[in-house]
Amino acid sequence: MPVTVTMPEVAETIVEGTIAKWLKQPGDPVERYESIAEIVTDKVTLELPSPATGIMGELLVAEGDTVTIDTPIAIIHSDVPLESPGPIAAPEPASTETPAPSPNGRAARHSPLVKRLAEEHGVDLSLIRGTGAGGRITKADVLQAAETRASTPIASSSSDGRVDPVRRAIAQRMTQSAHDIPHVWTMMEVDVTGLVAIVKTQKETFRQREGVNLTYLPFVLQAVARALRSSPEVNSSWQNDSIVLHQDINLGIAVARDKGLIVPVLRNADSLSIPDLARQANTLIEKARDDKLSPQDVQGGTFTVNNTGALGSILSMPLINPPQAAIMTTEAIVKRPVVVADDAIAVRSMMNLCLSFDHRPLDGHQAVGFLGQVKTVLEEITPETRI
Amino acid sequence: MAEKTVLEAIKDGLAEELERDDSVVIMGEDVGNMGGAFRATEGFLARFGERQIIDTPLAETSIVGIAIGMAVNGMRPIAEIQFADFMFPAYDQIVNEAAKFRYRSNGEFSVPMVMRTPYGAGIHGGLYHSQSIEVQLAHIPGLKVVAPSTPYDAKGLLKSSIRDPDPVMFLEHKRTYRLIKGEVPDDDYTLPIGQADVKREGSDITVLTYGLMVHFSLEAAEELAREGVSVEVIDLRSLLPLDKETVLESVKKTSKALIVYEDNLTLGYGAELSAILASEAFEYLDGPVMRVASPDIPSMPFHPAMEFEALPNPAKIAGALRQLAAY
Repeated sequence: MPVTVTMPEVAETIVEGTIAKWLKQPGDPVERYESIAEIVTDKVTLELPSPATGIMGELLVAEGDTVTIDTPIAIIHSDVPLESPGPIAAPEPASTETPAPSPNGRAARHSPLVKRLAEEHGVDLSLIRGTGAGGRITKADVLQAAETRASTPIASSSSDGRVDPVRRAIAQRMTQSAHDIPHVWTMMEVDVTGLVAIVKTQKETFRQREGVNLTYLPFVLQAVARALRSSPEVNSSWQNDSIVLHQDINLGIAVARDKGLIVPVLRNADSLSIPDLARQANTLIEKARDDKLSPQDVQGGTFTVNNTGALGSILSMPLINPPQAAIMTTEAIVKRPVVVADDAIAVRSMMNLCLSFDHRPLDGHQAVGFLGQVKTVLEEITPETRI
Repeated sequence: MAEKTVLEAIKDGLAEELERDDSVVIMGEDVGNMGGAFRATEGFLARFGERQIIDTPLAETSIVGIAIGMAVNGMRPIAEIQFADFMFPAYDQIVNEAAKFRYRSNGEFSVPMVMRTPYGAGIHGGLYHSQSIEVQLAHIPGLKVVAPSTPYDAKGLLKSSIRDPDPVMFLEHKRTYRLIKGEVPDDDYTLPIGQADVKREGSDITVLTYGLMVHFSLEAAEELAREGVSVEVIDLRSLLPLDKETVLESVKKTSKALIVYEDNLTLGYGAELSAILASEAFEYLDGPVMRVASPDIPSMPFHPAMEFEALPNPAKIAGALRQLAAY
């Protein structure tokens, strides 16, 4: 008798899985509990044990395809009935082996409201289990899904037209950020002539001494870490109507990749020197580009720095990476005529710092104060600064 | 403020308007000597005299026709049709004359009359004393159709109706007359025609209703609240014009709608409401628009048990609400 194999529920919050690889092909004999497929979810990869002993039948889902849990994925022709055999009957016609499109025959139908809400909140309806009549997805289901987003996925296994888990995680988190956080935006101009000079003059000796390139990034990270130490509200989270001030200063560094932005975290940045910051940031960025970040590398960030200036931008309005309270961008460094001391006009290297902050845990008073401190630290750098 | 029945509130409203404006007159069967079939005008003949309180023959066409003539000539007549079921002989006057006068005369003449009539079932009135006639009136542009459910609304809307420059059909649910009590201010107040009233706030399902069904719906909502379902009850109060804004606002909030009316189901007032929701709140609906109404039978049964079975009641409404809640 045919046994239908379905996509298992591997963890409570996981609603779909991808067939990474079929380990058995139609016609192969299989033992009960023998692995028949590799399944990838946005959290883990696992092997699927066969529910029965018999001959592998039709594979209903192609490798690389993602289906919701309980979806039939394969048929095994078992000679050993699993459950009570029931009345002896003629072999079932082949047509019964093809699965029903959905358990209730109407899962793909959604109310106008559900469709609209899903679009508004960027919720993928195929990932939601409905609680309404006959498994229908209700308004409440969509709103709940919009609220409880999965944490940043690590592995990704993209396939045809479907959006891969990384893209989906970005979509969900950014929608959540825009939807839940009252963003306030501010910007400050920083005279980084000294910073530009120190990087230029010490580049060679630094690389020889430390083995990594000297860039602007470690200086920015150090300035941010110092400023965060004196503005703890900026290094906080708004959680359940209360402010959580984080003891550690863990800086997220936004890294652009073709497959989507990722934000590795540089821990305890306030305790690190410029060479340490340069080395660790370099390692994280390389790991991010090589897709080798571990789950620990992307967790626990308390503030994010994004160098949007690398692409030439001079002004950004970034979205906060929840549950953090703020995000800062460093914009392109451009030479501009600037009025300096004694009303003289000089050519200076100028950079904008843009800050988005969550107005729930803090006010402009603290946020702008923080940004001002970053500015002060950066402007104090001269070619003679010891690093 | 004193607690009054719907009937007492209407009686107060009539007396105050008769007192305030001597162009206001009441005419109808038994309104004078007998004081009205439901005693709404009891004592009025002695108090206001034959000029303002006019007993008429048993001829509805004449009652409404004469009222129209009076209205066009500067009076503010209140024509009483003793039971809504007997409106039909006057239907020609209502539809072809009262409703069209302003339009036909390019605004030169208007018909500031009120037609009061008790409608609805629930008092074992049988064939000729139980009908719901509201859609036959609400379908006619040129009329206003008001159907209050509480003493406060009844008095305030009655006064607005009497002062309105156009014909107002004032529908009084006879079961509410003595059943429903509420606080009514003694002083002069009016309520605007065309404004619905949220009788109970809720977040999960909206009930759209009017008349006696407001009270049955409130009972059902109370029952659902104990089951954790929050039901909003909207009393339309005015069927023509309809307060679409309040209706849509509520349904957009709750995403589910149940329409409750006592009239028989087919082409009842809920049909229009359903159509409005389908076209103007489509993207906000998270469930089918449902209706609870009486079955399509030629008349309300006379036997109390059968009448009870035919009419919507709190249990039937609660049943439909549960279905919608679970959808």
